[in-house]
Amino acid sequence: MTERTVFIGARVVDPAAGRDEVTNVLVEGSVVAAVGRDAPTRGASLVECDGLVLAPGLVDLHAHLREPGREDAETVETGSRAAAAGGFTAVAAMANTDPVADSAAVVEEVRSLAARAGLCDVFPVGAITKGLAGEEMAAIGEMAAIGVRLFSDDGRCVPTARVLRNALQYAKAFDAVIAEHCEDPSLAEGGQMHEGYHSSTLGLAGKPAESEEIVVFRDLALARLSGGRLHLQHLSARGSVELLRRAREAGVRVTAEVTPHHLVFVDEDLVTYDTNFKVNPPLRTPEDRDALRAALADGTIDAIATDHAPHAVEDKEAEFDQAPPGTIGLETALAAVLTHLVEPGLLSLSRAIEALSAAPARILGASGHGGPIESGRPANLVVFDPQAEWVVEPPFVSRSRNSAFLGQTLRGKVVHTVLRGASVVVDGKPQR
Amino acid sequence: MGSVRLLDGAEIRRAVTRIAHEILERNKGAQRLVLVGIAARGDDLARRLAAEIERIEGARVPVGVLDITFYRDDIGMRAEAPEVHETRIDFDINGTTVVLVDDVLFSGRTVRAAMDALVDFGRPAAIQLAVLVDRGHRELPIRADFVGKNAPTRRDEDVRVALIETDGEDAVYVEERP
Amino acid sequence: MNKHLLSINDLSAGDIVRILDVAESFREVGTRVIKKVPALRGRTVVNLFYENSTRTRISFELAAKRLSADVINFTTSGTSVAKGESLKDTALTLQAMGADAIVIRHSSSGAPYTLTRWVRGSVLNAGDGTHEHPTQALLDLYTIRERLGRFGGLRVAICGDVLHSRVARSLSFALVKMGADVTLVGPPTLIPPDAPAWGVQVSFDLDAVLPKLDVCYLLRVQRERQRQQYVPSVREYARLFGLTRERVGLLPEGALIMHPGPMNRGVEIDSDVADLPQAVMEEQVTNGIAIRMSLLYLLLGGGGSEGAGLDD
Repeated sequence: MTERTVFIGARVVDPAAGRDEVTNVLVEGSVVAAVGRDAPTRGASLVECDGLVLAPGLVDLHAHLREPGREDAETVETGSRAAAAGGFTAVAAMANTDPVADSAAVVEEVRSLAARAGLCDVFPVGAITKGLAGEEMAAIGEMAAIGVRLFSDDGRCVPTARVLRNALQYAKAFDAVIAEHCEDPSLAEGGQMHEGYHSSTLGLAGKPAESEEIVVFRDLALARLSGGRLHLQHLSARGSVELLRRAREAGVRVTAEVTPHHLVFVDEDLVTYDTNFKVNPPLRTPEDRDALRAALADGTIDAIATDHAPHAVEDKEAEFDQAPPGTIGLETALAAVLTHLVEPGLLSLSRAIEALSAAPARILGASGHGGPIESGRPANLVVFDPQAEWVVEPPFVSRSRNSAFLGQTLRGKVVHTVLRGASVVVDGKPQR
Repeated sequence: MGSVRLLDGAEIRRAVTRIAHEILERNKGAQRLVLVGIAARGDDLARRLAAEIERIEGARVPVGVLDITFYRDDIGMRAEAPEVHETRIDFDINGTTVVLVDDVLFSGRTVRAAMDALVDFGRPAAIQLAVLVDRGHRELPIRADFVGKNAPTRRDEDVRVALIETDGEDAVYVEERP
Repeated sequence: MNKHLLSINDLSAGDIVRILDVAESFREVGTRVIKKVPALRGRTVVNLFYENSTRTRISFELAAKRLSADVINFTTSGTSVAKGESLKDTALTLQAMGADAIVIRHSSSGAPYTLTRWVRGSVLNAGDGTHEHPTQALLDLYTIRERLGRFGGLRVAICGDVLHSRVARSLSFALVKMGADVTLVGPPTLIPPDAPAWGVQVSFDLDAVLPKLDVCYLLRVQRERQRQQYVPSVREYARLFGLTRERVGLLPEGALIMHPGPMNRGVEIDSDVADLPQAVMEEQVTNGIAIRMSLLYLLLGGGGSEGAGLDD
């Protein structure tokens, strides 16, 4: 007998189906069988969802799972578990591992590790260039043949226009997306935070917003020239948002993401030299943050992506300029967005869910994820309590604990995560 | 809050005069005599004594001021580091008779600190102590050689000395601690 | 006052005045035959110097010893630090040794802040990266007050590589706090673009600024800046921004020339100029000990409970 579960009385927010109403969802086996007040409940286990929200499982376009190479910080298994705990059913794993995912072999390895863990669908991202060296194209076709749809040298920026243009053009054959970490290394070199008033008083070298904007401009021009699909990762500056808006209007095939921490924090938060706020791109000014929020709300920025970047404790406990940049984010993304954006009315719940599920699923080509939640489609769902309050503190599900949200009280807690019908998180606890 | 005036201006002046006489009597004149006032207010009194001594004996006695803050035995016990005042001893104290002057003698710890500070300046032939008010409750074996007024007090009372130089009036009050 | 001194911004104007006043008393102690007081007897002060700086370290060492504290010097050459021990582990070791105060000099901006997370004692910033050097600024203020008697409306120029100077930051913040008029002078590449937000003015023309100064404060320019292409050459820098014999004539009578040391004679300051009577670098050094005694006393002299201690 196929297992049947009915989620009763949740507020189902499903932007892909244009739905936002309290109703029931029947899951049978690995698919959604029915949505509606009249969904049959006979022979099914009932999950009471009064006061809870049910949405498509969240999709992260940008996470670093560190395996192979830095298993001390995170593994595919622990990262998947952290993702599931955060309500994600799909995660794009960046290629800057050791060895770099620039061929089918590493991609296969990451995929099988994820399948073994069985907590989350991991979509390995392929490198754009061999070894992330920025010179020769990686085996994009070979990786596309085994299903890779997103390519990125993230961690690095593709240094020359020629290489990026070729990649954008070549990727068209596979309808793949070239995702860029936009940062001019010569301007950004040595920078520890945003270049501005605070960097001047804190005595830290800064990365000006222009170091991102210059490359955004270049990449948009190349996307227009090549007709390829470009995705701009972790935008941080209002200048970048402006360029993006104009390119969209001109019909360039570009999508963009922003991280929860760039939507919440600013450069002033670094006054205590807390390395959990040391991220790349850096946290910028309140004006930049406001522009990112507005762009997310009006759809100029399509998606929210965590840029989950785990680091070993001792690496982050070092002197500020020695610490590697990055914050973990899989477990806090939903709550951070709910607390800091939805609650104060800066973002509607529906748009937030869309930015966390439907939009990234579309960009990633993860057709089974992001909704719509309807009969016959894979049951990748998250159920969360929007009111539940919790403090961000260790122990984390992730192997690392470098969270920019450490110590904050957030509202919004994942109750259930369902991956193709299987309950991988029940009552907030990962089941494996 | 209860406040009783122990001494008025005239009584203070008479006490200073008497102490000046006693110092001269005890030391058989002003030879090798120096006065060192313990900041604050001890130095105002020391200067008054020096003026009296000059009036009585015609002798100019050197006057110095000593701040004992750095010699206290309770540094680090209070919430804030205590206030520091000026120290100035421009003369050689070796072989002299130093009369330490303070306004109130209480536990004796201030005088103990003053003696420690003094010996860092040199080796006096003798150290004597003159105070305006001795309020009892000694915690160390210290006694005054010259006393303006003996005033038994309760531990929970404060003795407040006001001098024209610092406070605009001459008076000594015994007050209940709030 | 706070438990730590990490930045000039930890201090109010009132705090600064107090520090300078207490330093007066310690300067007097320095004139005695026995230059020592028992104020910090039994306390342990650790000098944790990750950067070589003999003069600052000795200044702190003397200051602590004159307060009768025990001093431990933890410098990097050939120690476990050089072998790669983390700041955290070093801090925990010092903590275990019972350090009451840790004076830290480090090449990373913010290292003192990081240190406060792991130690219970007071942390005193003796210079962190390009961030701040609060004790230098305070001894500079002391020197200025002693020579010129005031801060309000005083016209001070800070000249040189402001971008990389922790002294420039601390001194600017301190002088602005005390009501002085500060102008930063140097090549545009070596002055942070956001500096005007510190409450200072900026000029690229030293000759125009000199005639209207009460204090000309020179910063050290490292030859490395040419390699990093902030300036075309050190020679050009010296020609445009060095305090030469010719330029000194532009300064008003009574204006002070100051430098935190060590000087690059011939670069930011001509040799003869450094030896003029209005160049008060030696006084700065002397005052350094008194200021550091004042800070150690004020940081460690409290720390008990309100109402504890005795009256008389």
